[in-house]
Amino acid sequence: MKINAKKINKLAIGTIWALVSVVVLILIFLLGYILVTGLSDISWKFLTSTSSSISAGGGIRDQLFNSVYLLVLTIIISLPISLGAGIYLAEYAKDNWITTLIKTAIEVLSSLPSIVVGLFGYLILVIKFQLDYSILSGAIALTIFNLPLLTRSVEDSIEEVPKLQREAGLSLGLSKSKTIVGVVLPLAIPGIITGVILSSGRIFGEAAALIYTAGQSAPIVSYTDWNPFSPSSFLNPMRPAETLAVHIWKLNTEGIVPDAHIVSSGASAVLIIVILIFNLSSRFFGNWAYRKMTGTTRKKRG
Amino acid sequence: MTQPDYNLDQHQIIVPPGEIALETKDVNVFYGKKQATFDTSLAFPRFKISALIGASGSGKSTFLRCLNRMNDGVATVTGAIMYRDVNINQKKLNVYVLRKNIGMVFQHPNPFAKTIRENIQFALKKHGVKDQTVLDQRVEQSLRAAALWDEVKDKLDTSALELSGGQAQRLCIARSIAMQPDILLLDEPASALDPISTAKIEETLLELKQKYTIIIVTHNMQQAARVSDYTAFFHLGHVMEYKKTADIFTRPQVKATEDYISGNFG
Amino acid sequence: MNEIKEKLLKPSKETHQDQIGHLISLVCIGFIGILVVAILFFITTKGLATFTTNHVSVIDFFAKSDWSPSQKGPNGKPEVGALAMIVTSFAVTLLSAILATPFAIAMALFMTEIAPKRGQKILQPVIELLVGIPSVVYGFIGLMVLIPMVRTVFGGTGSGILPATIVLFVMVLPTITSMSVDALKAVPRDYRSAALSLGATRWQMMYKVVLRAATPGILTAMIFGMARAFGEALAVQMVIGNAVLMPTSLTSPTATLTSQLTTQMGNTIMGTLPNNALWTLALVLLVMSLVFNVIVKLIGKRSAFKK
Repeated sequence: MKINAKKINKLAIGTIWALVSVVVLILIFLLGYILVTGLSDISWKFLTSTSSSISAGGGIRDQLFNSVYLLVLTIIISLPISLGAGIYLAEYAKDNWITTLIKTAIEVLSSLPSIVVGLFGYLILVIKFQLDYSILSGAIALTIFNLPLLTRSVEDSIEEVPKLQREAGLSLGLSKSKTIVGVVLPLAIPGIITGVILSSGRIFGEAAALIYTAGQSAPIVSYTDWNPFSPSSFLNPMRPAETLAVHIWKLNTEGIVPDAHIVSSGASAVLIIVILIFNLSSRFFGNWAYRKMTGTTRKKRG
Repeated sequence: MTQPDYNLDQHQIIVPPGEIALETKDVNVFYGKKQATFDTSLAFPRFKISALIGASGSGKSTFLRCLNRMNDGVATVTGAIMYRDVNINQKKLNVYVLRKNIGMVFQHPNPFAKTIRENIQFALKKHGVKDQTVLDQRVEQSLRAAALWDEVKDKLDTSALELSGGQAQRLCIARSIAMQPDILLLDEPASALDPISTAKIEETLLELKQKYTIIIVTHNMQQAARVSDYTAFFHLGHVMEYKKTADIFTRPQVKATEDYISGNFG
Repeated sequence: MNEIKEKLLKPSKETHQDQIGHLISLVCIGFIGILVVAILFFITTKGLATFTTNHVSVIDFFAKSDWSPSQKGPNGKPEVGALAMIVTSFAVTLLSAILATPFAIAMALFMTEIAPKRGQKILQPVIELLVGIPSVVYGFIGLMVLIPMVRTVFGGTGSGILPATIVLFVMVLPTITSMSVDALKAVPRDYRSAALSLGATRWQMMYKVVLRAATPGILTAMIFGMARAFGEALAVQMVIGNAVLMPTSLTSPTATLTSQLTTQMGNTIMGTLPNNALWTLALVLLVMSLVFNVIVKLIGKRSAFKK
């Protein structure tokens, strides 16, 4: 009996080791596959030339820019809303049924499939508000997709600030909002930055929410036209904009480009590298912001 | 340690002579349904130090926090608290003006994560003081008053988080003083500090009493005896005895006070 | 003196600041609330149009598997039976969660019981990287690697439930793992030492004490994994075959709710039956997402250890 138990123990722990190794090997394979097949396809030309929808040799310049532009716009729209909502949940929300309802709503939103969010964006933004397939539609759809997570990260970061800091502000006769903005928020910013960078990675790789909002075409734009209202400007938010992730999807489902898998593997590698950078840098920037915010190196002003 | 049952209705509370800065009438505090203090009626004289002593959980800190409405949103407070002929325990009251006039220093030093200078200027600026010379003056004045000036005058622009515990606590006192309040509430300001820092804080308090009315919560009886003019003893949410510090420590009239002072419980 | 008395009873700049601050944050949270309500409302009304406007029978929709909403079928009406997609969606979801859970539990045990320090250090980044890989990249690798493999081994096109399950297995693995880790960490330390001091082997301790105590948490983790698998669109769409047919084997081309939505929404005209039928698929997705949420809440209510 005793010996048996020991044998089973050995067997079980061996199995755990084996399963864990399989997972690690899967990851190594995935990253290895993307980087090995993809890196050789990445060249300066690949990154800076326009894509082709029929012939080989297309690049990803516009898709790459569109991904970045959409990311920036999404963060610009979603960060203020998330800040307000996170502050509400952390500072103002009372422990009652309304708060429970709001929290449930946020949970529901965060668990919605991104394709559903994309279709809602299609229905409301593209069709009802007639924004068409555009960067703006895409950015708003991504905002919906991003809001629950970013709100939670803001809420958590604010709740981690010691209560004593709030009391210090309030006891000096400062209003609650001044205390939040001037005392609590600076201490929460490192956590918020980490949250923003992590969600940036998610946004950058998202495609399902964009297929029917930002669209699946990348019109040729002029990178010298800085007027966002000009139809050919790269900054015009009303033009359709296929992103890198959507491009990969499109090449592999409807594409007729002969070198689809080469472009896809190159684009996948670019996507993965950018996301890796986001993931690795999130903590670094968080720590950096903490040093800034706690004022250890602050210079005298005024 | 078991506490003897004292008759909680048997108490001795005096009204100090002279000008009264702050007075409470039948103040009760409730955390939900649980009552924390019972019918507390105390008068705090101007330019004196009054100490609130008692075992932990006796309600002294809870009571202190009513005096500048720091219990808002945490507990329900009934009764009247009179300050400058205004009952400050009313809904209509402007708590921001009140807290500017009645400052508070907490048990654990809580300087802002800003520079030493900013710690003092921050609230002033938010309250509309813009003149840089005034701001600089206030920084120096309040740091001097808190006996911290000499130690930090050369590093005003370094982070306040780099100060020692005792320095940080004196910075918090300076930060409150900079608001030029009337009354200073201190909630066990030295309990987290070493003896040397404690002595410095006590010295500071004796200096400050010339210009401010001070109410201090402490569980350290020697501290109360050293610095305060009047002492109130809290027991299970009731004030058992309130009188001149010298009297309460040498001739306690209530059994509970006597037992507490002689170290039988608490 | 009187000046202060007056000030004490009058609102000041701070009072207004507070009202404004409170209001702004309320508007933000209200926006999110309205957004959720709007999503539920619009997708529900759009999704119900198939039944209310086009008078498709609800029973036919859920019980039949012939899907050709744009053409008239043998009985003179378009056929709108979503059963094949529903079955495939559930099949890939359940299979991938069942496949992933043993791996996730092994990962979680490794990180909390077997090598807490080293395991955490190595496996935490593994989890984060697996989460970080975008779904189109998973789909692309599935297309490039899995499909040819399946084709060689089983014949046929290589697409279908099997490659979709494998792709989803990797995608839900990090979700289930990280939540299982939380569940195991919530089991009090004394449980472990008590078991060990009674002479239990480490595996007995893990299996009989830790895993048993963490069962509700692990179930919750599985549900979250399933929610992710059920809603995943692109990675599945790239390897499933995209033929609305009842799956006959694990390697026959078929379609899920999400894959059908992804490929067809752009090919139909707003307001027509083929389009409305797609919105009904979206509604099914939405309802299932809510159902997963409710199940999580129900498990949470019974769980012994709350976070």
